[in-house]
Amino acid sequence: MFGLFGGRFVAETLMPLILDLEEHWAKAKVDPQFQAELKALSTYYAGRPSKLYFAEGLTRHLREVASAGGSNGGAKVFFKREDLNHTGSHKINNTMGQILLARRMGKKRIIAETGAGQHGVATATVCALFGMPCVVYMGATDIERQAPNVFRMKMLGAEVRPVTSGTGTLKDAMNDALRDWVANVTDTYYIIGTVAGPHPYPAMVRDFQSIIGVEARAQILKAEGRLPDKLVACIGGGSNAMGLFHPFLDDRDVAMDAVEAAGLGLNSGKHAASLQGGKPGVLHGNRTFLLMDDDGQIAEAHSISAGLDYPGIGPEHSWLHDIKRVNYVAATDDEAVEAFKLLSRTEGILPALEPAHALAHVARIAPKMAKDKIIVMNLCGRGDKDIFALAERLGVKL
Amino acid sequence: MSRLAGTFARLKQEKRAGLVTYVMASDPDAATAQKIVDGLPDAGADVIELGLPFSDPMADGPAIQAAALRALANGGSTKATFELLRNFRKKNTTTPVVLMGYYNPIYIYGAERFCKDAAAAGADGLIVVDLPPEEDEELRPYAKAAGLDLVRLATPTTDDKRLPTVLEGASGFLYYVAVLGVTGTKSAAATDVQAAVARIKRHTDLPVAVGFGIKTPEGAAAIAKHADAAVVGSALVQIVADSKSDPATPLHKLVRELAAAVRGAKQGAAA
Repeated sequence: MFGLFGGRFVAETLMPLILDLEEHWAKAKVDPQFQAELKALSTYYAGRPSKLYFAEGLTRHLREVASAGGSNGGAKVFFKREDLNHTGSHKINNTMGQILLARRMGKKRIIAETGAGQHGVATATVCALFGMPCVVYMGATDIERQAPNVFRMKMLGAEVRPVTSGTGTLKDAMNDALRDWVANVTDTYYIIGTVAGPHPYPAMVRDFQSIIGVEARAQILKAEGRLPDKLVACIGGGSNAMGLFHPFLDDRDVAMDAVEAAGLGLNSGKHAASLQGGKPGVLHGNRTFLLMDDDGQIAEAHSISAGLDYPGIGPEHSWLHDIKRVNYVAATDDEAVEAFKLLSRTEGILPALEPAHALAHVARIAPKMAKDKIIVMNLCGRGDKDIFALAERLGVKL
Repeated sequence: MSRLAGTFARLKQEKRAGLVTYVMASDPDAATAQKIVDGLPDAGADVIELGLPFSDPMADGPAIQAAALRALANGGSTKATFELLRNFRKKNTTTPVVLMGYYNPIYIYGAERFCKDAAAAGADGLIVVDLPPEEDEELRPYAKAAGLDLVRLATPTTDDKRLPTVLEGASGFLYYVAVLGVTGTKSAAATDVQAAVARIKRHTDLPVAVGFGIKTPEGAAAIAKHADAAVVGSALVQIVADSKSDPATPLHKLVRELAAAVRGAKQGAAA
């Protein structure tokens, strides 16, 4: 599918459904009526197109940093404001698309996994909109650190099922979602939240998220009259990064940096950087880079950001890493927290902890780039959900 | 004739169904698991499925998930599984052993090396839950070269259109998953199994073993009326979880009861 990566490594029970899904998606993709429905929802419900915003305050600050270091640099930083979408992240782009597909397939019940809760909220939201029952699997650890999103999902009518197996994070939630699916395969549709899982999910989710890059491309051309020099996005499973990057892949002059979560540090053994600390393996339906031990047992990931706390990555990213089209870097928990504070003060925007990782990288590289260079970063989610976890880390009692 | 083919031929001659028992290697520890596996043939197991521990067993219910974690916490690994099997073969050269697990540990071990080492340790077949026919080409040639049967799975969702894909290149026996769900949760309905096995038999001469959702001797007997073998796993593994000391004794006791029920099933059907 994507070089060595991808595939359909699922139990036989799911195979006929996966093949059926592939057929339905192939038809829907080229069906003007499906695309029109999705476009209408995107526009009037989710609020697309999201804005491309010139972050003047941050740019000024990073130029001061450059200047203090004796340099005349400081690239212009733009944000793709996916945080302003309905439900507060890019996740809604995918859930709107998949629920329309689920309805076409005649499915009556929706399940999903969630880490930070953003995908869970986006799924619960579209289920409320279309009146479909929704079960969201969420690790018990994540339920604790993402309490606001758990409450949101419940208000939207979803059942949030705590997952206690393993370490109670995103990987375990995905295991339990797959187990539910096997048991309810005839009436249930599984809305996977990222560009991972068995084919056709990685390609399908990418296609739904590519609206980010399609819009950003047109918007930057309008604003600056040219393509950006660099795209930056954080990466857990990799859907927001793939959404931004994909429409630019053929633009050879546009460099791309994807930022993995380095947790306590890439050498600490406590991180979620599958590409930089893992190797190719098979999990959750696809072959991709995974964190694991020498026996092939999957390792636990660690990140302050529940949305990046996953020991794998979408298979297309593994391929883009192999062919070196995208540069994969990392930011630690501490760097993400600092970036969160930086953006809050310089722009009046609280970013989610996930894009705070991307921002930490932008803060590192922008001062070293010339002033006429352009960076577009995917600000893929808002930080309201993270204030409790962050307050705790900063020793503040709310 | 391979051990698997020989066993199913003998079962046919004896006009009875077989009992396939699943236990997890290294669960709860290497020594106890060895004692459990070593005693299975005498307790009445016709075929042994030996679970390869994996951290993320997506197709398994709580009992086998817990067994895998117990095993991994106590030194369970692919190498330790081969060691158990080698020790078993010092005492038993007749009972077929099928390794059952997930693909990642096999892939990481190296598919070709895994098949060679598994066969050398005394394995007769492989069941890889998350390696459907569409993906198993990367393992099948090595399994074949090593003389291992790569057992395919069919499920209630495997319709007549898909069944030929599953049967193409299948060997040893066909594993029919009797319920929609993970191991050890729902109960298999004998009437559904009867229809499903009859449907599969129209497509193949391979023996059909039925598993997932068989928990008791009565349940096993009901399934054994219609199948060439009944597979019991979670109920055995649960005994390991529940036993404070010496899980082998109560586990072998249940195997004896299951074997008696399975052996009597066809006579019951004929009468």
